[in-house]
Amino acid sequence: MSRITEKEVEYVAHLARIKLTAKEREKLTGELEPILDYVNKIGELDLAGVEPTAQVTGMENVFRDDTNSIEPSLENTEKLVGQAPRRKENFVKVKSILEAK
Amino acid sequence: MNSDLTIKKVLHMIENGEASAEEIRQGFLREIELHDKKLNAYLEVYKGDEKAEKSGGALAGIPCAVKDSILVEGKHCTAGSKILSNYTAAYDATAVSKLKAAGAVILGKTNLDEFAMGTTGENSAFGPTLNPYDDKRIAGGSSCGSVAAVAADMAVFALGSDTGGSIRMPASLCGVVGLKPTYGRVSRHGLIAMASGFDQIGPITKTVEDAAIVLNVISGRDPMDSTSSPAEVPDFVKELDKPVKGLRAAVPKEYFGEGISPDIKISVEKAISVLGKLGIYVDYVNIPTAEYALAAYYILVPSEVSSNLARYDGIKYGKVSSDGDSYIDSYLHTRAEFLGPEVRRRVIIGTYTLSAGYYDAYYLKAQKVRTLLRKDFEKVYKNFDVIVGPVAPMVAPKIGELTDPLSAYMADMFTVQANLVGIPAISVPCGTVLIDGKELPVGFQIMGRHFDEATILRVAHAYELSR
Repeated sequence: MSRITEKEVEYVAHLARIKLTAKEREKLTGELEPILDYVNKIGELDLAGVEPTAQVTGMENVFRDDTNSIEPSLENTEKLVGQAPRRKENFVKVKSILEAK
Repeated sequence: MNSDLTIKKVLHMIENGEASAEEIRQGFLREIELHDKKLNAYLEVYKGDEKAEKSGGALAGIPCAVKDSILVEGKHCTAGSKILSNYTAAYDATAVSKLKAAGAVILGKTNLDEFAMGTTGENSAFGPTLNPYDDKRIAGGSSCGSVAAVAADMAVFALGSDTGGSIRMPASLCGVVGLKPTYGRVSRHGLIAMASGFDQIGPITKTVEDAAIVLNVISGRDPMDSTSSPAEVPDFVKELDKPVKGLRAAVPKEYFGEGISPDIKISVEKAISVLGKLGIYVDYVNIPTAEYALAAYYILVPSEVSSNLARYDGIKYGKVSSDGDSYIDSYLHTRAEFLGPEVRRRVIIGTYTLSAGYYDAYYLKAQKVRTLLRKDFEKVYKNFDVIVGPVAPMVAPKIGELTDPLSAYMADMFTVQANLVGIPAISVPCGTVLIDGKELPVGFQIMGRHFDEATILRVAHAYELSR
């Protein structure tokens, strides 16, 4: 069995910005073990000297002209900023990111 | 079910004046009204949209459905998730604007596993879509609503997306045609990203010919998606009529070993023997890396998922939790509250496999397995035009039958390979299996070379006509 501990799950969940209750953490640890065990199967293969594949259709870097493809407009601003749960005028509002000393 | 109301037939009806485009639209809206309370294929139906008018274009007046992970301007787009339950699309996906330009009429948005993660459709935050052939069973995921809508005649065709089988799996379980084009054939602009190195939009239709008609409309290079390919787009409909005699089909021995149900094996072997009767040369081959494909997929895809889904932070759009005093607490609570269990599971697995100390052991290794699999396929394609086999290892499961995460993943064993290699693959109905007094559909998979949708469509079309 892959040994993933509850502590590791807690750490990774925090990195992934997902809050877990103690119960959820325990359940998830139990679910992840067989999944990690299964995917570890690729360890049976001899991968020495094999290049990794990230792209499958042979395309290389794609560039475009460094110009505006979409004209800036207040209508677009409203469409986008209008989706934010909290806003102030045309700004997206967030909670404090710095703690007061 | 699955009437003869194909794209071709409906175009003909409108052309001949048998019915107006608006009468056709109203007819389909009535079907939705009648059947969808039970099936739950649609998340939203555009009853109040302007009347359909006769127009030019390859899909003039054809009513279709769009998976709710694909943006339609001014309409809600939830991706099957609570976190986007209040989200409105600011623009059309390129595939959608192409459908509109061809005259298609969008009836509404269809259900899916949350962020397209699932094999059964049961991971949708808005409830599962039921199988039109047996309402005790699921339609299959993740494009469950799009497929059920086509199978139950609540749309002439639909758009789905396929990251590891999400078009072909439900198409197989609901007895319709589902095509995953080559990675890059159809623009992903406006498709809510799951795993960007694998996602691909494709058509779900009643016939192979209809799949070719829709693919003609939605294919092609798009400056808004830098991974969309400049490869030439042939006329897929014209290509259908070329003879199949003399083509070569490979059957990987590995596809008929452990894990496939005997019923499926029989149906698929029968389909393969039909290819022989059509004059296609059929032979067995080996794809040694095939048995490792699923393991590699379930490392690579959660990794990409964990990165892509970081954007759901409760700040830019979507739902935000009322809990959490600081910026980071709000982020933690929002994602805990509004992302479902399977999505959270994959995000956490992916974060783990990408984290310091594990990247080499998991992600990098899985990318190397992808190389081996690609080479296995390339070797076969030197001597063969298509690779054929099953789509799903089983018929549609009952609701709740596949709730253990790993057993649900295992059902994707035959579909993920085409996504890892990036090649096109189609599911065509190849018969039914009688269980509990219900005829349950089985799908036959045909995979082709990169950008050679024309050949798989041609073989699928010849197979379909011979049945």
